[in-house]
Amino acid sequence: MIEPPPMTGPIAGEPPAAGQGLSCPVPRANYERISLGHGGGGRLTLDLIRRLFRPAFDNPALAEETDGARLNLDGAGIALSTDAYVVRPIFFPGGDIGRLAIHGTVNDLAACGARPRAVAAAFILEEGLPAEHLKRVVASMRSAASEAAAGLEIVCGDTKVIEHRSGGENASSAEPEPSGLMIVTTGLGERLLAPGPSPRRICPGDAILLTGPVGDHGAAVMAVREGIAFETPIVSDSRPLWSLVEALGREVDVHALRDPTRGGLATALNELASTSSTRFVIEESRIEVRPPVAALCEVLGLDPLYVACEGQMIVFVAADDAESALAALRRSGAPEAVRIGSVETAPRPEVILRTAYGALRPLDLLSGEQLPRIC
Amino acid sequence: MKYLSEYRDPRAVRALSRAIAERTTRSWRVMEVCGGQTHTIVKHALDQLLPAQIELIHGPGCPVCVTPIEMIDKAVAAASRPGVVVCSFGDMLRVPGSRGDLLGARAAGGDVRMVYSPLDALALARRHPSRQVVFFAVGFETTAPANGMAVWQAARQGIENFSLLVSHVTVPAALAFLLSQPDHRIDAILAAGHVCTVMGLEEYYPLAARYERPIIATGFEALDILQGVLMAVEQLESGRREVENQYRRAVRPEGNPQARALVREVFEPTDRYWRGIGLIPGSGLRLRPAYARFDAEARLAFPGDSPREDETCLSGLVLQGKIKPPQCPAFGNPCTPERPLGAPMVSAEGACAAYFRYAHIPSNRTVFAGADE
Repeated sequence: MIEPPPMTGPIAGEPPAAGQGLSCPVPRANYERISLGHGGGGRLTLDLIRRLFRPAFDNPALAEETDGARLNLDGAGIALSTDAYVVRPIFFPGGDIGRLAIHGTVNDLAACGARPRAVAAAFILEEGLPAEHLKRVVASMRSAASEAAAGLEIVCGDTKVIEHRSGGENASSAEPEPSGLMIVTTGLGERLLAPGPSPRRICPGDAILLTGPVGDHGAAVMAVREGIAFETPIVSDSRPLWSLVEALGREVDVHALRDPTRGGLATALNELASTSSTRFVIEESRIEVRPPVAALCEVLGLDPLYVACEGQMIVFVAADDAESALAALRRSGAPEAVRIGSVETAPRPEVILRTAYGALRPLDLLSGEQLPRIC
Repeated sequence: MKYLSEYRDPRAVRALSRAIAERTTRSWRVMEVCGGQTHTIVKHALDQLLPAQIELIHGPGCPVCVTPIEMIDKAVAAASRPGVVVCSFGDMLRVPGSRGDLLGARAAGGDVRMVYSPLDALALARRHPSRQVVFFAVGFETTAPANGMAVWQAARQGIENFSLLVSHVTVPAALAFLLSQPDHRIDAILAAGHVCTVMGLEEYYPLAARYERPIIATGFEALDILQGVLMAVEQLESGRREVENQYRRAVRPEGNPQARALVREVFEPTDRYWRGIGLIPGSGLRLRPAYARFDAEARLAFPGDSPREDETCLSGLVLQGKIKPPQCPAFGNPCTPERPLGAPMVSAEGACAAYFRYAHIPSNRTVFAGADE
């Protein structure tokens, strides 16, 4: 097994607590019930992971704080990742829950520098789900897997059916949504990048690169949910990223990778700053947001930097490697790749945004989910 | 984005920033009324673009922040009753009452839904005639017309299972209250552009004259706010104390007559308690007697105990512009967006949450080469 350095540092952006370093190892649950905010990817999610799951399951692979675990089995470097997909609606512009389930898991493996080899899939079906929907989703998973990496197979699975549940109806849509389908995918990958990306390898002086515009996936789903249409439709960016990572790994030593899914770019950067105990300085003007995505966020009062991507990667490389890394990314399917910032030393982890006007402010974690403003 | 990107143009922002610096000869304190303006200021760190003599003080215009704790308790109580659906705007869901917030009520099994419009709540009532649908009607003159429209339609269409939990407040009465305080620190006011879009400018002339303060109806983009500050500074420096309209692309002097007529039809003025500030005479709206049957408070008959605010929270002083959020002893510890003691720590428009998320970073740090391209 890999021996990662010990976990240090507070959650990025969190004021240092009194008596830090003497934290209680017993999981603390300060909330009586789980709320939707605990699934939002922000501070509440991190709190749940760091105070409940991690102390309970404590082990070195978990402490690496990556979306997939990097393991050594009898000398073979593998990566293991699992994800649950509960997106509604299950079909959306640019994809469906099945494609998303494959892409999400494949991309978590790619972020470990691993070529995806096998996927296991569990299906949780709500009674009343049209069989045709399931058929479409399964076919879509099949084609997504063969596109993601040569030889990738879906090798085992499980099926459960649950009672039809009330709720989930969207108050702002005229009709109740069709019955649900949830998918859990687990991926096994073979680690090919050496020494391989890990948040622990992020160091001051690194360049921070981003493969393309942010917020497309989250915005595409929200536009369907809220029934908001634009002249240019918003299409999810859901896509597999292994071939991109493979091409990148041939050119440079990749220090770290993260696909900014739930919680978006800002959340992923905060997690990485926290794990690596460094400061990131990010240039707002370098981050691209497509006009319809920006428009949707304006209408709903959301910040696109916190909206999910499903086909982008944040890349950390030594500053000297930045140009060749960008060239490799642009050649290999990410023509819009840009450098968005740099890593610095800092007394405590933080992410700083230099605004388009040249002012500086922290780019913080959200508490829970983004909630639309009143006016 | 048309009508937006031109109001965020960095070159224009820098030009205005220079103009303000050139025009300023002494210290002035400018209050932006609306929480949306506070959000823009803190998100873009606009105060870093102002000369040191200009202090922006944040006003009471965060609808979520000033909604009284007992109204939140009533919404939570309504949500926990069987057969009742409580609909609310998003950021109201997380504001703590004395017995938790609406998200907590939902986690405990209550039917709480986030909507973007009161008309969505009305549609829900139409689809579920066996349920009582309560819309939590908070906000200023900006949200009052749509909320009034929902009630007006409910009356016309005979949708009797719909009601409003009304906690509307109005801006001019609050400004008069703040300006009449002997220790207020306000030299000029940036009035909330959206409120003026509905109500026009006429209510502000007597205020500007009586309290001898410039009042500038101001928009919400970076350029709007800096232009509003420049107009305020020019008035202050030249001794004028007038009402001006920076937000001309949206605000007509007479406002929106249809919206005003609808608000007058459905609502009437009332005294209203503002969370953190207190009772301000004539500063609220309530349903007129002809629409009283759509009043959720009457319909659901809540028990009338008065909950207490947390005494360590100084959000009232924050909302009156008397202190900045970090000056509150509870700021950051124990009061955080996860565990807010006061409402300004909750909403994106709340000054405390804005400071917590976007707290200022002094010094110009070096960034990588080429960042200015």
